[in-house]
Amino acid sequence: MATLFLDRVNVPLRSYELELSLEVGSTLALVGPSGSGKSTVLRSVAGLMRPRSGRIAVDAETWFDGAGDVNLPPEQRRVGLVFQEYALFPHMNVRRNIEYARKHAADDYLERFRIAHLAEAHPPQLSGGEKQRVALARALARDPEVLLLDEPLSALDAHTKTTVRAELHDLLAELDIPVLLVTHDFEDAAALAENVSVIVDGRLRQSGTPAELVAEPADSFVASFTGANLLHGFAEPNANRSARVRLDDGTVVSTAETAHGEVVLAVYPWDITLGVSHPEDSALNVINAPIRSIAEFGNRVRITTGTITAEITAESLARLGLETGQSVYASFKATGTRVVAEHQPAE
Amino acid sequence: MRRRLFAIAFTTAAVVALAFLLVPIVAIFAHSSPGHLLEQLSNPVVTDAAKVTIKTSVIAQLLILLFGTPAAFVLASRRFPGHAFAITLVELPLVLPPAVAGIGLLAAFGHLGLLGSSLEWLGVTLPFTQSAVTLAVAYVASPLYIRQAIAAFEATDPNLAAASRTLGASPARTFFHVILPLARGGLIAGLALSFARGIGEFGATIMFAGSLQAVTQTFSLAIYAEFAQNFDATLAMSGVLVLFSIVLLAGLHIGLTWQRSSSTGSTSLFGLTSSS
Repeated sequence: MATLFLDRVNVPLRSYELELSLEVGSTLALVGPSGSGKSTVLRSVAGLMRPRSGRIAVDAETWFDGAGDVNLPPEQRRVGLVFQEYALFPHMNVRRNIEYARKHAADDYLERFRIAHLAEAHPPQLSGGEKQRVALARALARDPEVLLLDEPLSALDAHTKTTVRAELHDLLAELDIPVLLVTHDFEDAAALAENVSVIVDGRLRQSGTPAELVAEPADSFVASFTGANLLHGFAEPNANRSARVRLDDGTVVSTAETAHGEVVLAVYPWDITLGVSHPEDSALNVINAPIRSIAEFGNRVRITTGTITAEITAESLARLGLETGQSVYASFKATGTRVVAEHQPAE
Repeated sequence: MRRRLFAIAFTTAAVVALAFLLVPIVAIFAHSSPGHLLEQLSNPVVTDAAKVTIKTSVIAQLLILLFGTPAAFVLASRRFPGHAFAITLVELPLVLPPAVAGIGLLAAFGHLGLLGSSLEWLGVTLPFTQSAVTLAVAYVASPLYIRQAIAAFEATDPNLAAASRTLGASPARTFFHVILPLARGGLIAGLALSFARGIGEFGATIMFAGSLQAVTQTFSLAIYAEFAQNFDATLAMSGVLVLFSIVLLAGLHIGLTWQRSSSTGSTSLFGLTSSS
């Protein structure tokens, strides 16, 4: 498999400059908040915009080199880019959209992407999921060396998103070219990509597998981005390499990591247990607060109480009979907390 | 009571306004019998004017398409120093009195004009020829096409052009297969407006090209020349222009509907977001 290299690619953005080095071998998700310059990276790789400096290459083939003054136009880079809103040509039917990338090749792709029945349809008649399949078929019909996906799931409603995400995952797994996708949603990134790189304020904050990022978030931003609750407090070290932390609301919790002074604790929603009475196990950390909101996502439910959010199954919700406003006890083990560095926002 | 008065006043004003617009059109056809008007269409003055009008208008509109389309695309897709100035330049002939435009053309391309001697050296004489009519029409009508074309190009989704490039298409293929088809409706609307303006051109033409029958005398000039001598001929020519205007108006509306349905942006008749 080929490798896509980005070497100190520098792009000035409105309020800061983006500078990034990446090596994309299989599937890499670039995640970050809106406005962090993620789409700019894709446009630079595709040749739709010119970085100020740096180098972009696929294996030994240089696409852009600020120093050597190489800057291939988009049509000379074998790259497939799937746009956020898909950018299908509205005046061409599905077959002609695909044949725009390569003549006489539509049949193969229509079949492979199970869109043969849509061959004569025009893009405005298609659903979000169908549009995405056509956009992917068209991008791959070009026979690209690299596939780029810009927020591939954000144009879909929550209902179709789960299905399309599963389809997309299977499809990406079959491809033998590097895939670089950008998304603002860590869950989507984790579902689609083997590796995830978090980009904040134009800089790479942390890279790793989704599991690594959750296990060892580099700072409070990555922790929060991966879905953790952040608890701010003041830590006093204990004897046996652990610490007691007095949270800002006065609650004292313990962590299995060493810490002292001002700290941020990350606690993931799935490590939290909810109950209507105080748990008997005195070793557990317990926070008592009324329920602020209950949100259901398929068979999982996110319940926010006071400052933290817990994730439980729909069955547990039914069993506990929880309602908004009700007082509950959220409990988690000392080993379920991670001490993370405070994220310092850029100027 | 007050509410009724308001309704009556507004309805009356609307009826008066519409009648005012309609009556002259009806009068053109009501003044003489249709047979009499049709007879006038074979009058040599009328046939000569028809030939001159059709030939000069068609050539002028082809020139406008050929030069105006790339100009509009550049103005719509690129920002460069002097962009606002270029937009103003495009709009200037719209507000310039046509007689002034005619004098300007004469001062530029006439015998003693700015470029007159260079043209003479090349063996080209422009004033008072059919070419002069064509240039006068192109000068006053082109802004209507170019403005509409800029709006049409600006309304096309830039991501579609970007997608075309990443699919391996050159800038030229992108322009002809993606951008042009999407802007098509707006371009047709602009051309209809420009055609209408060109057919009615009077002031610049009479200054720069004169009013010589069978050479530079277009319908508009012939209507003016004939109305003291043969009023029926002027009515017949006016009738032809009314029918032609209706056809152009239909073309304009078809074009605008087309533009709206084929692009993501909206386009209005004069909806130009110029230098901003």
